[in-house]
Amino acid sequence: MLYFIEQCLNGVQLGMLLFLLAAGLTLIFGIMDLVNLAHGSLYMIGAYFAATFAALTGSFLFAAVLAIAATLLVGMAVEVIAMRRLYGRDHLDHVLGTFGLILFFNEAVRLVWGPAGMNLPLPPLLNTAIELIPGIYYPAYRLAIIVVALAVAAFLYVLVMRTRVGMLIRAGASDREMVGALGVNIKLLYTLVFGLGAALAGFAGLMQAPILTVQIGMGENILILAFVVIIIGGIGSLRGAFVASIFVGLVDTIGRAFLPDLLRLFLSTNAASTLGPSLSSMMIYMLMAAILVFRPEGLFPASGR
Amino acid sequence: MTAWLTPRNAAAAGVLALIALLPVYCALTGNYFLMSLFTRILILAMAAVSLNLIMGFGGMVSFGHAAYLGIGGYVMGILAKEGIGAGLIQWPLALAVSGLFALGVGALSLRTRGVYFIMITLAFTQMIYYVAIGLDRYGGDDGLTIYRRSSFGDTIDLSNRMQFYYLCLGLLLAVVYLVWRIVNSRFGMVIQGARSNDRRMRAIGFPTFRYRLVCFVISGAICGLAGVLLANHTAFISPAIMHWTRSGDLIVMAVLGGMGSVIGPVIGAVAFLVLEEGLSRLTEYWPIILGPMILLVVLYARGGIDGFLAGLRRG
Repeated sequence: MLYFIEQCLNGVQLGMLLFLLAAGLTLIFGIMDLVNLAHGSLYMIGAYFAATFAALTGSFLFAAVLAIAATLLVGMAVEVIAMRRLYGRDHLDHVLGTFGLILFFNEAVRLVWGPAGMNLPLPPLLNTAIELIPGIYYPAYRLAIIVVALAVAAFLYVLVMRTRVGMLIRAGASDREMVGALGVNIKLLYTLVFGLGAALAGFAGLMQAPILTVQIGMGENILILAFVVIIIGGIGSLRGAFVASIFVGLVDTIGRAFLPDLLRLFLSTNAASTLGPSLSSMMIYMLMAAILVFRPEGLFPASGR
Repeated sequence: MTAWLTPRNAAAAGVLALIALLPVYCALTGNYFLMSLFTRILILAMAAVSLNLIMGFGGMVSFGHAAYLGIGGYVMGILAKEGIGAGLIQWPLALAVSGLFALGVGALSLRTRGVYFIMITLAFTQMIYYVAIGLDRYGGDDGLTIYRRSSFGDTIDLSNRMQFYYLCLGLLLAVVYLVWRIVNSRFGMVIQGARSNDRRMRAIGFPTFRYRLVCFVISGAICGLAGVLLANHTAFISPAIMHWTRSGDLIVMAVLGGMGSVIGPVIGAVAFLVLEEGLSRLTEYWPIILGPMILLVVLYARGGIDGFLAGLRRG
């Protein structure tokens, strides 16, 4: 039972990380109609920046702030140099162009930081376990990820739904030309939104960095998970991304933790240990397929952006 | 008819002559590395042609075509490991399994459009990639060495580099011909019509979902054949064959060559893989050049090499 609660929390924590990535993806898609495969590269760059700044300054918090700002700048630069030319093009062009960017970023990181990975040490303050309810301890850092990501989700909601900038963003999503004609600098707005998405990805990367190592290509597998999240949630919907992230995080983590044991009840130990890992990694894709059968547009189709 | 002698046809003929005569050159000079490289190019060209059938003509952008390469390869590898070496069992089974997987993926993903389709095909390929990693008996992450190539009795010996090369070339030409026939048939017209305006095609009475699904399955099966050839060529199969960057590479080949024609992906595959090989000799960090080049092709040369050649005549 203790183990189950712990795995649930791990699932929520993975879900919150996925949300940080998926939110950026879905914002960029919903507003600019742009498929950004290079989102995972920004995740990776955020982690590398954080590791570097942490080594320089010795403070995790300081490094995090600097890394987010740096990723924001990189994102805005990418938008101005490349993405801007891809708006209004075919989705195939987006896929190919950003695929090229991934190759570029992976190699650029190898060139700058070398092929070996880096480590980002846990902040000492959070390097403990907290007793949630009597008898259940949970690492403070993972708990911090959940709390901070929830705060980010709330911030995004307020930003998009309750502020003037958010109003312009939503207006730009429905009619770019008209917003531009009304005197809003839509180009700048798009650059800012892309930068925001990049910063969210970089933030996810640096939050995950102390748990895993910082390495080249670290953003790619989690990016595909984030795709699954926004397919399930409905592309362009922040609310859908939030619900689907938690859903996918829980299913993936709990599947990996318990499916092999569950199979052992029905199958021989040998067969279960062979099938277990394969099946549990298939779970979320099965979930996605099942949802697509009933809701081809995802759980929250984008009308409720 | 002088219209036959266009820059485009000349280039296609040139590429074909090059790949047809290459083994002669290799045998004369003893440069078997070049031959091995071009065997790989022929096989991946076949995969790119199969992708282009659904992407260029059907408008279905599959970002997961490497899955069929992997499935074809794994069917061959698993059968070889279990002691079934006969090509007449391995090959049809590989085609059938990749076709079946395409049927499942297609039935689900063709319910959707655009970005959803791209991401779903990508997700399913990632799924099969993890399944392959989980196959402990067949090497898991490390892959599986294939000790015996498919055997076809005395008719053809796949261990003979020259025979294998020409087999790949012959199959590639057969596939190009097949795809050309498909594209120009009534079936192909329906597929292309559904790309331009699906609703109108349905309104005039074509159940386009079924047509598109069949097209998707044909494409998957052809790509499965390419997978069997690739496994025979490298005598090794690992999950890396299905890595999502491989799917990206296949799209790049098709777009670089030009999606509007059947032969375009062949030219694209030759150009892309030769470029990759050349750049990797130039610098260890070659993707740092290749990546922006892909971006530039997307931004400024959307018609690919084929489009450029076709434009030469008009201009």
